[in-house]
Amino acid sequence: MSEIKIQIKNLYKIFGKNPKSALEKVKDGVNKDELLEKHNHVLGLKDISLDIKEKSIQVVMGLSGSGKSTLIRHINRLIEPTDGSVVVDGEDVLKMNDESLRNFRRTKTAMVFQRFALLPHKTVLENTQFGLHIQNIDEKESNTRARRWIDRVGLSGYEEKYPQHLSGGMQQRVGLARALTNDGEILLMDEAFSALDPLIRKDMQDILLELQDELHKTVVFITHDLDEALKIGDRIAILKDGIMDQEGIPADILLSPKTQYVKDFVEDVNRARVIKAKHIMSKLNGQDRDNAMFVDQDDFIDRFIDKVISDKPSCLIVKNKNNDEIGYLSSKRLSEILKR
Amino acid sequence: MEDFLSEFPELSRETLRFIKKGFDASYRAFSREYGDAIEAVFDPVLYFLVWFEKLLQNSPWPIVLICFLAVIYFGSRKISVTIGSLFAFLLIGIFGMWEDTMSTVSIIGVCTMLSIGIGIPVGVLMAKSERAQRICTPILDVMQTMPSFVYLIPVVMLLGIGKIPGLLAVVIYAIPPIIRLTNLGIREVDKEVLEAADAFGANPRQKLFQVQLPLALPTIFAGINQTIMMALAMVVIASMIGVKGLGQPVLKAITNQYFAMGLFNGLAIVALAIIFDRVSQSFGHRIQQHRSGSRE
Repeated sequence: MSEIKIQIKNLYKIFGKNPKSALEKVKDGVNKDELLEKHNHVLGLKDISLDIKEKSIQVVMGLSGSGKSTLIRHINRLIEPTDGSVVVDGEDVLKMNDESLRNFRRTKTAMVFQRFALLPHKTVLENTQFGLHIQNIDEKESNTRARRWIDRVGLSGYEEKYPQHLSGGMQQRVGLARALTNDGEILLMDEAFSALDPLIRKDMQDILLELQDELHKTVVFITHDLDEALKIGDRIAILKDGIMDQEGIPADILLSPKTQYVKDFVEDVNRARVIKAKHIMSKLNGQDRDNAMFVDQDDFIDRFIDKVISDKPSCLIVKNKNNDEIGYLSSKRLSEILKR
Repeated sequence: MEDFLSEFPELSRETLRFIKKGFDASYRAFSREYGDAIEAVFDPVLYFLVWFEKLLQNSPWPIVLICFLAVIYFGSRKISVTIGSLFAFLLIGIFGMWEDTMSTVSIIGVCTMLSIGIGIPVGVLMAKSERAQRICTPILDVMQTMPSFVYLIPVVMLLGIGKIPGLLAVVIYAIPPIIRLTNLGIREVDKEVLEAADAFGANPRQKLFQVQLPLALPTIFAGINQTIMMALAMVVIASMIGVKGLGQPVLKAITNQYFAMGLFNGLAIVALAIIFDRVSQSFGHRIQQHRSGSRE
């Protein structure tokens, strides 16, 4: 059972001259368009509650203007909420004074930005050391730590280059190295890969997943790309107009979208690539093992679908890592899932 | 009624005279009371200025020339600018303006240092606080548009004629660009980079020195360049209140209609301006080469 690392509760954010009075109206049921038209305030976030588990990747997805970037900035309080609370490791971020907030940002969190936000006058090495310099960590240690992460993201040999001399993908590797060098438990990634070419984006996603296997950080990942969300998210929250439409594991969102908006979103997704055997299995009740096929619980459907078509097994038995049989899948169920 | 429309209703001559007299009298009283104290504040600057001027004038000219050329070369890293400057200085010397040029260089140098020393902190303050910006902007407007002769009057009343009043007049005239451009440069710093600094827990001082000032440097440098140019433009006016240098012969030439004399000294000022400009511009370019995106 993993612990809740970040707890966001009833968070509201309203932009405008008098957010407090606008908040009353929002709570009374005034919607976003009306609020803008009649009261000249912009509703950023409305009643967002989200528990983010330790060591997991929480994706927040939505189109532009949905409030996803606003939401992530509340976690390290780059934006002050109008109402609600943000608790990290049992400590209320909103109650911190300047000094402890700075400390919190220096040691607990690190952030990766959409447009990299590197310092153009500093080299790759100096940029990577930025967080450590801010903490006044001595040069020798910060140098070693920074070089390790530069190496880890595949930028060895570029230490003395300036960001302007690197491609977008490489610049974001610097951004990632800078965040990892800071060694916070929480990694905030604001559309970190959105500005990159598709191929490079895939590379970066793989790097992130690979690092996560090893580092087990609590990652909050913002994206507008559903494929990206499904690929890297342990859980996904979908935001629309500042309201959270649905939150859950990728398979749930695909298989039972709660609103029309989410439905439209997931319509074109290739489910075989996203859904794992364990997501759709039923409880075992004396299935015949004669002509059965065995699959791993974490296998995606497209790993075994070809074999199902050629071998025509009577059913699929799902096994966990210890080789225990934990459920089964009928071909009928499988074709239902894939048909829609 | 007809009178009212054709003549603007103005204060009576009596009242106007009273206002002006009262204003002058109180300012005179103020300057009598505090003039010496204020002058004392500027003493260190005066000592430095006199020392610097004497240093340039009394050192053997070849040494001074070599030092200048060294500074010009290391500032601009351009042989062409250095050689051009060499010829300009040789011509200035041959035409008998070496001593006056040294005076001008020293006062411009000191004015520039003062302007940088005061201007950058004020610019930073303006960038950090909306209120400071609201207060400073109109003052800067006045400083730039008020005819310089007008503010020479109170300066002279307060401090008399001499180097310090001249220095003040030059600084008042030349400081606005560096303040404005420091303010602008800091305000223009990429918001996302600032946000990154915040996200990594930088305090305001770290943000200023590690992010804002370095990123604003090219703009600040444009301000320094303009400040130097404006200071040079003031040398003739400053010479009216007793600042030695190339301005004084120009002033003499104007009053006596010595065309050639005016022309020579004017050209010497132009030569100085071009040298200062080229050096400070190529220095400014060089310090930001790595951001131009050119792959070396």
